[in-house]
Amino acid sequence: MSNASRNRIKDQAFYYFAMACTAFALLVLLALLTDILSRGLSRISWDFITNLPSRLPEKAGIFTALCGMVWILVLTILIAFPLGVGAGIYLEEYGKKNRMARFIEINIANLAGVPSIIYGILGLQVFVRIANLGNSLLAGSFTLALLILPIIIVSTREAIKAVPKSLCEASLAMGASKWQTIWNVVLPSSFGGILTGLILAISRAIGETAPLIVVGALVYVPFAPAGPMDQFTVLPIQIFNWVTRPQAGFVVNASAAIIVLLSFTFLMNGIAVYLRNRWYKKVKF
Amino acid sequence: MVTIITTLGIVIVLATETFSFFKEVSFISFVSDTQWTPLFADKHFGIMPLVTGTLLTTLIAISVAVPIGLTIAIFLNEYASPKFTSIVKPLLEILAAVPTVVYGFFALLVVTPFLQSFIPNLSGFNALSAGLVMGIMIIPYVSSLSEDALRAVPNTLREAAYGMGSTRLQTAWKVIVPAATSGIVVSVILAISRAIGETMIVAIAAGQEPKLTMNPLGSIETITTYIVQVSMGDVPQNSLEYRTIFAAGITLFVFTFILNNISFWVKRKYQEKYE
Repeated sequence: MSNASRNRIKDQAFYYFAMACTAFALLVLLALLTDILSRGLSRISWDFITNLPSRLPEKAGIFTALCGMVWILVLTILIAFPLGVGAGIYLEEYGKKNRMARFIEINIANLAGVPSIIYGILGLQVFVRIANLGNSLLAGSFTLALLILPIIIVSTREAIKAVPKSLCEASLAMGASKWQTIWNVVLPSSFGGILTGLILAISRAIGETAPLIVVGALVYVPFAPAGPMDQFTVLPIQIFNWVTRPQAGFVVNASAAIIVLLSFTFLMNGIAVYLRNRWYKKVKF
Repeated sequence: MVTIITTLGIVIVLATETFSFFKEVSFISFVSDTQWTPLFADKHFGIMPLVTGTLLTTLIAISVAVPIGLTIAIFLNEYASPKFTSIVKPLLEILAAVPTVVYGFFALLVVTPFLQSFIPNLSGFNALSAGLVMGIMIIPYVSSLSEDALRAVPNTLREAAYGMGSTRLQTAWKVIVPAATSGIVVSVILAISRAIGETMIVAIAAGQEPKLTMNPLGSIETITTYIVQVSMGDVPQNSLEYRTIFAAGITLFVFTFILNNISFWVKRKYQEKYE
């Protein structure tokens, strides 16, 4: 066999091997989804969503976890969105490109790589103990806000960077101040990008479990939280709790709760992808 | 400014609590003791069992994710049609978007029973299935970032290789991959640091038994699992047990911090090469 044809065979072999690898990854995803659907779909009902947690798997529901999740998300966004967008605008428009800027950039990249559980430890010490917020919704939200800040900052900067310089210069030439330019020109045209970043950050925050466990979210909360200082639980923690129980009924509950959780995650990611596409189409400079 | 405060906050919080931890436990016994039993009556504070547990699951995850992820990246970039890539890439990225607690569920209730059917002495909680599932989770990190790196290689190099009569495989492995090494290394390092910090999969599927072992069939405990375990229990604040999570946390932080900085350094140092 000549060298060339041997090489061609190797090339084909690798082609099929690579096909198999890609298929493998996608098949695992498929297996995961079908397994969860087949276990949990029959458990999904209105009662499951509106029931309070219970010792009996048939009666347990995810109402408190859902309420906790909504509370946490709203508070987290209220904290993280202004801070993140503000920091992004500052770094991109006002910050000088010097050593400090490079240091901050490295810093943000580093923060994005810090394991989420470390944020939990930070939150436990700073918000729960030093700020004395206790195991409350507020402490959890502050912790998650820190966690998603790097995502929001980075996406804000990317979105602002994508705005053409000519637009800003036109605005400045009309006599607008720097702030007017940012508020009336830069922000509206980069809004799609910022929103996409925010939604991806939310979808990350929905699935986070570890930092909230460390901050002290409880696994069993009998009532839905009524204010930001109340104790809480969220969906992933409820799932974690059910998975670690021995009774088979709770496994079914866990898969049903996972279906709910995954619907949220996929919905968020879907919106982000949709927005990104629409925004790219609409804004053509 | 918030970001710097956060980083400083992490460092200060971890450092002060760790400092008071080391006032009671010597640093030597922390790194040399082979037992980690701070919650028992007979207390030992050797971090090594937790570190080996973490390394073991990370190793398994990486040996799954890097070959598969890299192959997928080469496949999508050099072999597949752009249309195929534009469909498959977002699908793969779903793997990274699934919350980790879901993967934990999958590892414990699907992968472990499946593996047990042909590895009979596999225990119910084990490092193997947790590591495997973690590897699948980080495939998209490796494949997406590596693919970006591969795509950044100038087309002239590719065409030159084809012009010499190379097959796609030879072009990919002997020209494109070497040219994109820095990007690929960065993606692998990020995947490693992700695997080290992963919590919920190992907390659910790998068990809570700190053992100094490299046996993937038994149950182990990682640094992250230990932190969760303590946080779930009723450990009084300001106690020595409470401080152990800060000592464990700083160990974890140091690992990922070093890895992140290596990747940043690699990116800076080798980026200019083809520009």
